[in-house]
Amino acid sequence: MTRRYVIVGSGAAGVTAAQTLLRADPAGQVCLVSGERYGYYSRPGLAYLLSKEIDEGQLFPLRLDKLRNKGLECVTGYAVRLEPGNHLLHLQDGRALPYDRLLLSPGATAVMPDLPGIHLEGVVKLDTLEDTQHIIKLARRGTEAVVVGGGITALELVEGFTARGMKVHYLLRGDRYWSNVLDPIESAMVAERLKEEGVQIHTEVKVSEILGKQHVEGVRTQTGEIIRCRMAAFAVGIRPRLELAKSSGVNVKRGILTDEHLQTSAPDVFAAGDAAEITDPLSSETILESLWNPARQQGQLAAGNMAGGSQAYQRTSAVNVTRLAGLVTTIIGQVGQPKSSPDRDVKGIMRGESETWRQVSEAMVAKNYTQACRVRLFVGEHTLRGALVIGEQTLSRPLQHLIENEVDITTIRMALLDPQADLMQIIRDYDHEYLSTMPHHLGYAQ
Amino acid sequence: MPNFITLLFQPTSNQQTRLAQGQVVPEANRCVQCGICSYNCPAGIDVREHAAEGTPVRDSRCLTCGECVMRCPRGVLHFEQIALARMKECGE
Repeated sequence: MTRRYVIVGSGAAGVTAAQTLLRADPAGQVCLVSGERYGYYSRPGLAYLLSKEIDEGQLFPLRLDKLRNKGLECVTGYAVRLEPGNHLLHLQDGRALPYDRLLLSPGATAVMPDLPGIHLEGVVKLDTLEDTQHIIKLARRGTEAVVVGGGITALELVEGFTARGMKVHYLLRGDRYWSNVLDPIESAMVAERLKEEGVQIHTEVKVSEILGKQHVEGVRTQTGEIIRCRMAAFAVGIRPRLELAKSSGVNVKRGILTDEHLQTSAPDVFAAGDAAEITDPLSSETILESLWNPARQQGQLAAGNMAGGSQAYQRTSAVNVTRLAGLVTTIIGQVGQPKSSPDRDVKGIMRGESETWRQVSEAMVAKNYTQACRVRLFVGEHTLRGALVIGEQTLSRPLQHLIENEVDITTIRMALLDPQADLMQIIRDYDHEYLSTMPHHLGYAQ
Repeated sequence: MPNFITLLFQPTSNQQTRLAQGQVVPEANRCVQCGICSYNCPAGIDVREHAAEGTPVRDSRCLTCGECVMRCPRGVLHFEQIALARMKECGE
């Protein structure tokens, strides 16, 4: 019997699932339901469109037409209700799609604060291609912009506006940037670079109102200060899209709850990507994350299981390499700040982030700081638990390799914890030595 | 002040070093498919496709100029000596 698969959402998880299903079950029917006007595009690439490093056409790594030619059925529409008992998915326009296996990969959406003036023209976010086009349309060289929020997206907005010749005010609620992942020195490095670019940083400031009649003219802070601006951008967090799952009786907590096979509480319904709440085997806690590669891995694994497989999701340490104020930064595993107060600039999680980064491990911290780079390692009893490399990235790959593979570091543990240690040399030598003992070593990119 | 002659010959010497270091090799699991690499390739190679597949850039048009390696904001690409066995594995 031909199996019919329906996928809700055309992001990284959904499209990877579609590709996998077309390969895994050539006789099956695969249907992708999406309300996205532009289909599948690189959401992380939006920051580079805003900073003028690419043009819009570059955002599309794969046109869905290519998959259509391979048999994918693309349905444009919004899924509003699921009947798991009858294996039916209802769309807003009244259509009902039957399925044998269904994947929920609706992604997440940016949260906007509830402030007077939030609906004024010129209040923007960087969440979709439409949002980015809107910002580009409104951006004017020499005018002022206010950015409110934290995490990677807030800095992408700051850098994007700066690249477009705007004068930027960056407003932080806390006393420093990304306080639950970066340490005070790293936050200061980012702040220093922003200041060099002419960005004015305002700490411990809360916006109480956005001013203007039709268009934004400024923001008022809680202390009554008025900052004049033409645009007010917010990046205060994202929220998984849960409406469909909730209204259909699928178990949700902060995301759509999944078991180790990425199956939800409803029979034959799976979930993957930013909307899925998965169990982290390393900590046994359920976590949310918004990272491109895990979304793809989950899409692939869920699709394999939908096609009859029974594979458990083996997540490795969360990794992201990104740019913070022009400084390339790698974050791997658990790098949480033990004594830090929660980051007041972000509600929930941000794009490009994993909740596991905020986990505080029992590990000891080793740091190295040179002009070109700063390395912070979380040294456990026998393995490295996390690492943050900001600036020069020579150690990024070796560390990712040692942490992901849980390589035993007992023999270099004491050397790493020596305050005078040259971490770069020790890690490089150890990783090289370890790799050379591996049979058929052919490099990292295997 | 930097030596003018050194500056003049720097690109060539850099290129020679890179050539000696091998091909552009991607690490697929770091790539977010933004396309900056392909956008900046002077030879018009779709480096992103290599990054998606995790295959070394063995395109004869590749100048090993390093534009893609340096522009990638995610550290996906690097130069690496490719063993012949590996090339065969990659079907190249």
